[in-house]
Amino acid sequence: MKTSLGSRVFDTANVIFLLGLVFVTFYPIYYIFIVSVSGGNAVMRGDVSFWPVDFNWQTYLLVFEDPSIGRSYFNTILYTTVGTAINLICTTLCAYPLSKRDFYGRGFFTLMIVFTMFFSGGLIPSYLLVQSLGMMNTMWALVIPGAISVWNMIIMRTFFQNIPHELYESAALDGASEFTSLVRITLPLSKPVMATMGMFYAVGHWNSFFPAMIYLDEKAKFPLQIILRNMVVMGEMSSQSQEISGVFASVTATNIKYAVIIIAVAPILLIYPFIQKYFVKGVMVGSLKG
Amino acid sequence: MPEASLDRGGLQRPGAKAPQSGWREVWRRLKQSRYYYAMFLIPFLFFVIFCYVPMFGIIIAFKNYNVFDGIAGSPWVGLQHFKNFLSDPYFFVLIRNTILISVYQIIFAFPAPIILALLLNEIRHVLFKRFVQTVSYLPHFLSTVVVAGMIVNFGSFDGLINQFLSVFGVEPIQFLMMPEWFRTIYISSEIWQGIGWGSIIYLAALSGIDSQLYEAAKIDGAGRWRQMWHVTLPGIAPTIIIMLLFSIGAIMAVSFEKVLLLSNGSNFETSDVIATYVYRRGLVSSDFSYATAVGLFNSVVALFFLATANYLSRKFSETSLW
Repeated sequence: MKTSLGSRVFDTANVIFLLGLVFVTFYPIYYIFIVSVSGGNAVMRGDVSFWPVDFNWQTYLLVFEDPSIGRSYFNTILYTTVGTAINLICTTLCAYPLSKRDFYGRGFFTLMIVFTMFFSGGLIPSYLLVQSLGMMNTMWALVIPGAISVWNMIIMRTFFQNIPHELYESAALDGASEFTSLVRITLPLSKPVMATMGMFYAVGHWNSFFPAMIYLDEKAKFPLQIILRNMVVMGEMSSQSQEISGVFASVTATNIKYAVIIIAVAPILLIYPFIQKYFVKGVMVGSLKG
Repeated sequence: MPEASLDRGGLQRPGAKAPQSGWREVWRRLKQSRYYYAMFLIPFLFFVIFCYVPMFGIIIAFKNYNVFDGIAGSPWVGLQHFKNFLSDPYFFVLIRNTILISVYQIIFAFPAPIILALLLNEIRHVLFKRFVQTVSYLPHFLSTVVVAGMIVNFGSFDGLINQFLSVFGVEPIQFLMMPEWFRTIYISSEIWQGIGWGSIIYLAALSGIDSQLYEAAKIDGAGRWRQMWHVTLPGIAPTIIIMLLFSIGAIMAVSFEKVLLLSNGSNFETSDVIATYVYRRGLVSSDFSYATAVGLFNSVVALFFLATANYLSRKFSETSLW
């Protein structure tokens, strides 16, 4: 196939543009990392741009010694684990009946659920509800009000609907109850969608900060994102970090901020290469049947 | 019991059960679905308690809610809170900020993933394409706090952006202290975070286009540009319209968390949107009823926008959400 000059010019420009996009996307994250492992003086002089200067892990050692960061890290892991488990159980229990044509009332319940995508009570009534349920300042305020994401539920339901009908029929002939069908047939066939949904929910919990900000008031319960916000966005330093950065001239406030950003995104960056294809599949499934 | 299981599988034997009428039929089908109901109980309670109860909580927008009297006992005030909000000069600032951010979002951030998808579609080299995709999805997984933290630090007086600008002799700019920069910062960061992830849905639509259409276009002598214009774009038009409808539906729901993190006293003039105002009046100043009224106003206007966009789309393109 012959290619015209215009076509080749376009291809080259396209590749250059996309490489530029890759650079713009990746560089800020890379920059944060190299600053976090560079010497404080070099950072202050503005010498760090493409590779670490005076490479050291000092900042990370200091950050890990800060008890409030360690505790918030533990809290985030706890909230993410419990929250994701609740999400998966509730979403499955919702998606499974709705995927079955013979579920009497299916149309009504689907409508009732989809309606909540377009209209909600809003911030204040939801806040008052959580308050009146006695969930203030507990983990439950973070994991229960968002137990089912309608969008994720629809993706899961669509996936369940594509499981061949005959499998259920033969199970029913063998006398299997609906619960047995769910556990023995649906779940084993749904590993990809479960992994995707689990990851969607887990990343959501890991990254969430607003519910924690309005529902938690005890510092010992704060998740990592709240500590991160206080340090990196508001520019507050915990007294210990301040003391430390005073003692070690090689560590500046910027070093500490960037190191905390890195430890907050590290788990996501580490698992990202393995899970991204699942994510893409998840979005695709959702896009086929809205 | 086995009888019910058979019916459940849709293998109703002819003549096994004559169609009954009225409540007996309803009861029979409910009984048949009893296991589904047992499973559905928890999700049902979830939606009732956490979605529908707050909807009824909206009545405090028409009351003067106070903690001691509770929702039921607080005195009614009718539309007083709405009148106060609509007659407040600040109302116009909030509406302008909210709508301008969304409009810029639709003009600049909405087409970005479409363009990226079209460009990626022209790449023949599979590995390169996959590499670009993998990198471009990454920012989607960063938390709002991290992105806001990056913006605050990169945009500060001695931050990365000013270091870069100083190479060209530009004086340092305190980006987040200047109201005129807020929308630019917000929209750019939305593009940075969303361009790759947003392109997935269009790439999926692109892969669904019948390759025979391209063959036919080639035979008719269409070059790459005309193939893109006459085959590719029409092929993904329904997806574009659906996504545009969602954006229009979200016109009043600016990504509130990011605005909250990036706004400060110096940029309030352009950064304060309805959602942050609701948060501040409601949860910071505990003015629950007034904030609920403002929130309700916002939801109703949003629903109106969505319904209108959906109606227009159904009328002119036969694509709609409902």
